[in-house]
Amino acid sequence: MERNTRRNFIRKLGATVGAAGVVGGTSILSSCNSVETSSGDKIKLLTSSGELVEVDKSQLTPAEMPNLSENQTRGREGLPGRSWVMVIDLSKCRNARECMKACQNHHQLRPEQHHINVLQMQDAEHTAPYYMPKPCQHCDNPPCTKVCPVNATFKRNDGIVLIDNERCIGCRFCIAACPYSARVFNWFEPRDAEKYKGVTYNIEANVPQKKGTISKCLFSADRLRDGKLPSCVSACPNGVYWFGDRNEDAVTNGTTKETVSFSKLIKDNAAYTLMEELGTKPRVYYLPPKDRAFPFEGELIEHHS
Amino acid sequence: MNTIKSPEESRKVLDTIFSDLTRSITHKDELTRFWFFILIMFAGVGLWGWIIQIDKGLGVTGMRDYVSWGMYIANFVFFVAISLIGFLISSALHLLKISWSKPISRVAEQIAIAGVALAGIIIVMDMGRPDRFLNVFLHGRFASPIIWDVTVVTTYLTISALLFFLPLIPDLALLRDRMTGKVPTWKLKIYTILALGWKGNPEQYKTVYHAMRILMILIIPVGLSIHTVTSWLFAATLRSGWDTTIMGPYFVAGAFVAGAAAVVILMYIYRLRYGLKNYFEDFHFDYMGKLLVFVSLVYLYFNINEFLVPGYKMKTAEGVHLQNLFTGAFASMFWLVQVAGLIIPILLMLIKFFRKPLPLTIISVVVLIAAWFKRYLIVIPTMEHPFLPVQNVPDYFKSYAPTSIEIMITLFSVFAALLIITVLAKLFPVITIWEYAEEKGVDKKYFSKQPKN
Repeated sequence: MERNTRRNFIRKLGATVGAAGVVGGTSILSSCNSVETSSGDKIKLLTSSGELVEVDKSQLTPAEMPNLSENQTRGREGLPGRSWVMVIDLSKCRNARECMKACQNHHQLRPEQHHINVLQMQDAEHTAPYYMPKPCQHCDNPPCTKVCPVNATFKRNDGIVLIDNERCIGCRFCIAACPYSARVFNWFEPRDAEKYKGVTYNIEANVPQKKGTISKCLFSADRLRDGKLPSCVSACPNGVYWFGDRNEDAVTNGTTKETVSFSKLIKDNAAYTLMEELGTKPRVYYLPPKDRAFPFEGELIEHHS
Repeated sequence: MNTIKSPEESRKVLDTIFSDLTRSITHKDELTRFWFFILIMFAGVGLWGWIIQIDKGLGVTGMRDYVSWGMYIANFVFFVAISLIGFLISSALHLLKISWSKPISRVAEQIAIAGVALAGIIIVMDMGRPDRFLNVFLHGRFASPIIWDVTVVTTYLTISALLFFLPLIPDLALLRDRMTGKVPTWKLKIYTILALGWKGNPEQYKTVYHAMRILMILIIPVGLSIHTVTSWLFAATLRSGWDTTIMGPYFVAGAFVAGAAAVVILMYIYRLRYGLKNYFEDFHFDYMGKLLVFVSLVYLYFNINEFLVPGYKMKTAEGVHLQNLFTGAFASMFWLVQVAGLIIPILLMLIKFFRKPLPLTIISVVVLIAAWFKRYLIVIPTMEHPFLPVQNVPDYFKSYAPTSIEIMITLFSVFAALLIITVLAKLFPVITIWEYAEEKGVDKKYFSKQPKN
């Protein structure tokens, strides 16, 4: 019962956030309460798509925004009843890198920081090369969360592995433990640090990024809460990504918007996971690069320099 | 040992021993001042480097997303390694009733304290957010090997400090009683406070013996776990090169090599600087040389297991890593460390001549430097070769080279460790006076100037 009321509360909160469509600093929002009509004052706001817009104060209505600690609490719980999975169709990827761009915009990353990276792969000496988008694998047995000394990175109920950059001490053990090289570190002051100064930290998008802490792919958990597909999935022009809920056994293609049965999709196409021999149990499934929609272009980069 | 002597003779022997062993405290000259100046200057420069690093971010180092652990971690492992010698010499050898190691135990404890203290400091310097250090205690979770490490490092530091302090108490009483006028009053005050009102009753000695024995037994599991747990920082990950079950014993064996070498060097310095030829005798060096050969042989055996077996199979990812060590970018460092730092020293030290003080010290310096590079080889090459290809990143992400800031901070750690050792040597005798005098047959009743009972 107690759980139910909390869930309701969270759902309400989510709805308010969705309606307001903004993720802003508590300081800004609290100032909204005492706004007179047409003050002429402009306020900078961060939209859910990750852009900064300037809005007249009079256009803002007070919204019930989660403060940092509520934000962190609900971020740790995840979306009830969900079990997110991603399917990547390697035969469709032609290295357009729209997913990488969208992701870097959404999560305020520098060009060399990849939550998702499109790799040139070749499995053995004479096999055909292919492009492989590689997000965080959101393992069910994640090596990274095991080694974290302060519980800054954790796996939540809906299967997403998140990072709390308000708690992270920057020991980089999770980078060392991750066999998929899926984690990045903010070695310097992050991109746009000045621009987003004072904005409340959103754990589900890991923005604003923070110097000296880890960042990683989060399946755009903030967009999932709004009922949207992750940034990379929506941005792909070639239909590479399927994303959905394993509990519902349904995945949706980000490009064609087609929804199919998850289990049938991975069964019919002989899907596999990366380095399954390590026992990490990834939630990202790959469909083999068969009947390629495009030729592999360019020279193959050596795997191990 | 105990040859009964007349009171006059006993007093004379004690006086000689006392004045010899307190020379390090009373000795004051330009060289000492210069040495302190060097130490403090380098430590200061290192701290300045750390301030820059905190201000600008860890990006001032050569580390990046792939090689995310660098020289600091190698340094950390090195300091943990040399600190382990305190456990071997002042506990394990004592419990085995090997008495020649007694005069060396304080030297070993000095190294242990300095090493483990700096290991703790360097790990904070490696953190991206040192301001959140308290999170380790507020949100610590015991599933993480880092928490095991924090626990063991603090426990080991505590026990080492106690093992240093307990046998020091009777010495402190001696210093309190006999050093009036010879040292500044602040030092005398320190001695008086730290001596805890020691009177030299048989019961008091009994308590000290008893407590020391407990600590010596306690430090065995703690000492073994400190370096085993450090090795698990690596062994608990899925990376080729680290993902091996041999890491624990491998690290412990390597630690004894590095620590024994450090002890030999420090013994030689004390012997030379404070004229302690009759205390750190030639046979001590001979035995230390034999000990070093023994632990080096064990370490060599583990090295063969560590590299030959995977080298024979050359599994995909493992093969890339080993190729890099054997013939690749790290080949010269790897073979220098193995041959000049391990095999040649073993062969040389089998000959009696090379176990004499000066040759042994020179060998130890080589072994110690090689031990540092060995830690470097454990940390960095593995990180340069992850399972998935390193692509779409700037070239400097792909390989690691330490920057000047990292070198500054590393120098800081070395000089800060030397500073701790120097301060300990300047404050307290480097050999336990009362134990040594007792060994020479002086009865305990002569230790205090005015026996109360």
